[in-house]
Amino acid sequence: MPEQPLLTLREVTRLFGGGRTLLGGRRPQVHALQAVSLELAAGETLGIVGESGCGKSTLARLIVGLDRPTRGHIRLQGDGRPTARRVQYVFQDPVAALNPRKTIRRILEAPLIHLLGMERGARQRRVAELMAAVSLDAQFLDRYPHEFSGGQAQRIGIARALAAEPELMVLDEPVSALDVSMQAQVLNMLDELKQHFGLTYLFISHDLSVVESVSQRVAVMYFGRIVESGPTRELFSHPRHPYTRLLLDSAPVPGKPPLGLDESDAELPDPYNPPPGCAFYPRCPRGGVRCRQERPLLESKSAADSHTAACHFPLETSFGNP
Amino acid sequence: MSRTATANGLAHGRPGLWRLLLNNRLATLGLVLLLLILLLALAAPGLPLADPDLTAPVDRLLPPLSPGHPLGTDALGRDLLARLVWGTRVSLAVGISATLIAALVGSLVGLVAGYAGGRVDMLLMRAIDTVMAFPYILLALVIVAVLGPGLLNALYAIAIVNIPFFARNIRGITLGLSRREFVDAARLSGQSGRQILFGEILPNVLPVIIITISTTVGWMILETAGLSFLGLGAQPPQADLGSMLGEGRKLLFTTPHVSIIPGVMIFVLVMSVNLLGDGVRDLLDPRLKSGALTRPVARTAITHQVPAVTASAAAPRLDVRGLKTEFHMGRQIHRAVGGVDLRLDEGECLGLVGESGSGKSVTALSIMGLVPTPPGRIVAGSARLQGEELFLASDARIRQLRGAAVSHVFQDPLATLHPLYRVGEQLVEAIRAHQPLSRRQAEERAERLLKQVRIANPRRRMHAFPHQLSGGMRQRICIAMALANEVKVMIADEPTTALDVTVQAQILALLRQLRQARDAAILFISHDFSVVSALCERVAVMYAGKIVESGRTDAILSAPAHPYSQLLLQCVPVLGDPGRRLAAIPGQPPRLHALPTGCAFAPRCPRAEADCRHLSIALRPLAGGRWVRCLHPLLEEHGSA
Repeated sequence: MPEQPLLTLREVTRLFGGGRTLLGGRRPQVHALQAVSLELAAGETLGIVGESGCGKSTLARLIVGLDRPTRGHIRLQGDGRPTARRVQYVFQDPVAALNPRKTIRRILEAPLIHLLGMERGARQRRVAELMAAVSLDAQFLDRYPHEFSGGQAQRIGIARALAAEPELMVLDEPVSALDVSMQAQVLNMLDELKQHFGLTYLFISHDLSVVESVSQRVAVMYFGRIVESGPTRELFSHPRHPYTRLLLDSAPVPGKPPLGLDESDAELPDPYNPPPGCAFYPRCPRGGVRCRQERPLLESKSAADSHTAACHFPLETSFGNP
Repeated sequence: MSRTATANGLAHGRPGLWRLLLNNRLATLGLVLLLLILLLALAAPGLPLADPDLTAPVDRLLPPLSPGHPLGTDALGRDLLARLVWGTRVSLAVGISATLIAALVGSLVGLVAGYAGGRVDMLLMRAIDTVMAFPYILLALVIVAVLGPGLLNALYAIAIVNIPFFARNIRGITLGLSRREFVDAARLSGQSGRQILFGEILPNVLPVIIITISTTVGWMILETAGLSFLGLGAQPPQADLGSMLGEGRKLLFTTPHVSIIPGVMIFVLVMSVNLLGDGVRDLLDPRLKSGALTRPVARTAITHQVPAVTASAAAPRLDVRGLKTEFHMGRQIHRAVGGVDLRLDEGECLGLVGESGSGKSVTALSIMGLVPTPPGRIVAGSARLQGEELFLASDARIRQLRGAAVSHVFQDPLATLHPLYRVGEQLVEAIRAHQPLSRRQAEERAERLLKQVRIANPRRRMHAFPHQLSGGMRQRICIAMALANEVKVMIADEPTTALDVTVQAQILALLRQLRQARDAAILFISHDFSVVSALCERVAVMYAGKIVESGRTDAILSAPAHPYSQLLLQCVPVLGDPGRRLAAIPGQPPRLHALPTGCAFAPRCPRAEADCRHLSIALRPLAGGRWVRCLHPLLEEHGSA
């Protein structure tokens, strides 16, 4: 290890429900996140990819401190300041994340007052700076959220996250609720802010092309676990897990006809009762007996290789996607 | 997406709250009556009234309009007008104070219970349940019995009895709000629980508290009167409406005016409060705000003269010409669709691409008259289904065509399917609404349809409720429903947007297959070029209610002619090409109620010149059957080169 990572997750598990009812019966338990380990170096962008229900958002909420892990631990290097000052969150639905009855000024001032304890004059200056950083006109400050388009609202959300001067920003599907023309504006702006403020991003998205364009490393999640992770280019051009392969093949690309993939109508496994083996087994074209019984571990081909996959029969050959 | 856009537009175009309230005639009547009564009650000390408690046995039971006693006197010779005015004052004061106390305590309980959740919520709400478990009036009687009769004690009793009403209402709202994202955001901004509850949540709960107050004040006044009527409220000689009624009760048959006068006052007072309260609720209730009060009619209003059809043999499947659809909201006119031409031939799939608010969904909904009226109306154009003019067809004919020859598949299958019926029943209903089949035959047909949309084990799936199926499965059911009755044109409005990528790929593959098998024409609406290109040979790009470019999909993909199409293609990252810098489109889409003259894209266009801003621009042909609405296109014009 050349350098301490900024953020380390060790075997983080989050269960929902559980416990006992009044009459002593067991309540059902959902395994939202199972033994997830991650490292995030300062200054990098880690993309988290997965479909709905795979635990991406639970992971994000754990990292920013809105929720606590059932098992495992999350560590920020060089503790001292409270988590909220070091890690901030950008929400998927930009309009829902702004209180409809507060002006933009009051929304942006909240972290300055409560996290940084700034004086009135300093606050005014800082709010103006924040608006400039997300290229919004300062005259919008006294308006209410409903007067803004999705793209503008997301900039306000980003400005609020920046207000606390965080080191790490968790971006939970920051552009998927936006129109395509607004998406590019926001993505480009996030890129500039990262350079300018030296930020580290955890970028969560279901859109592979967006993740590919913003992140240096990617982790693919399926059913509460990381099934594959590695450097973006390497992982996208030589996926080892069949699920990653399926995701890549399913992504629509202009001019590419749809493939009749994954015709099995196998559903996701029951989250109340996770299977003992590989969760992807029912949909997997390569699965064998071993996959059903024994859960594959996240492993790399060699010690020096940072590309890991949790598969008993990983794909070896390189496919298209030059 | 465009639905939310119009909802936002609605909020903008709404006239002020006062004007809306005054538009409601009954509420205005209530407001005027209530103001009059309030003025009377407030002015009581200054009015030249007799002493309400002064007894005069000589003048007892004088009829109304007696000299010196306009409303007559009661059994003790007290002036009824004076007692009525002073009594109203007391009743109003007690009713309103009791409401305010109940609102304060009840809302506080509701807020804390809803926000804290868990054990606190359990304890508080069980306590509230206990209060509710006693019959209302009995509980009030018990409280007064314990505290002793008197106006103040009656006030407490009524307030306590009404606390649960507020607590339960407010708790429900708070519970929903405290799971909202802006509350998480406030937490991440370092705010404490108390700051969040009173700074973030309370302002959003306030309208509900006001609604609840406005709908309970009348009830509280009645209850005060009730307790006083029973002799537990106002004590003699003090007048209040209930005690006046109680005193007059014994004389109802000999001198009815003694009880009828306070009775009428109670009626008018409570009626005015309730009428106003209903008006206030209609204004503030978020569920009614979205326009639920304006009941849309079954079909979009068509306000123009539709040209009659000249029959032609080779009519295309669907031919839309010059379609204009507008939304009239307040004084604003939102021109959602501003002259759209579409043509769909047999077995063809046309993609309609555009961002939210570009008018693509409104175009599609206009064809079968599904745009809600009010506020929508079709103001120009024609739509022909195999030569038949849809805008001239009778309502019965449109009903016959909807869901049969022309069917829709929407973005959110969970919202399209009825949550309380099994999917099989819904499919059978859709079939039998259009075809004279027996239940049995319809079920067989439904099963075949499910097999066609590649649902494994269709017989078992027919018995499932929508919530038991995955998103992809639900969308397959919706597609099966759209195919159920000899479909000629299927309108698919962002059918894969809400789905995961792997499921999206499956649905696209299915639509492609079905199109080949059934030769139905598909109008496929999407914001995503890459999804459209997977399915459609031809594509039309919409911007601000107009088609700005149309042509073969591969041609537009490789060489777009309109600057907007080009930017739209360049602003999305493409898988396998991550290094490319994204070309962001600067600025915002135009507002539909204030479209610029000339090209609507000019303010954001890198190629715009002076002439773009004042000329109206027509669609012009390019080589290869392409059309573009641009003065300075990226490709040479057909013929001019």
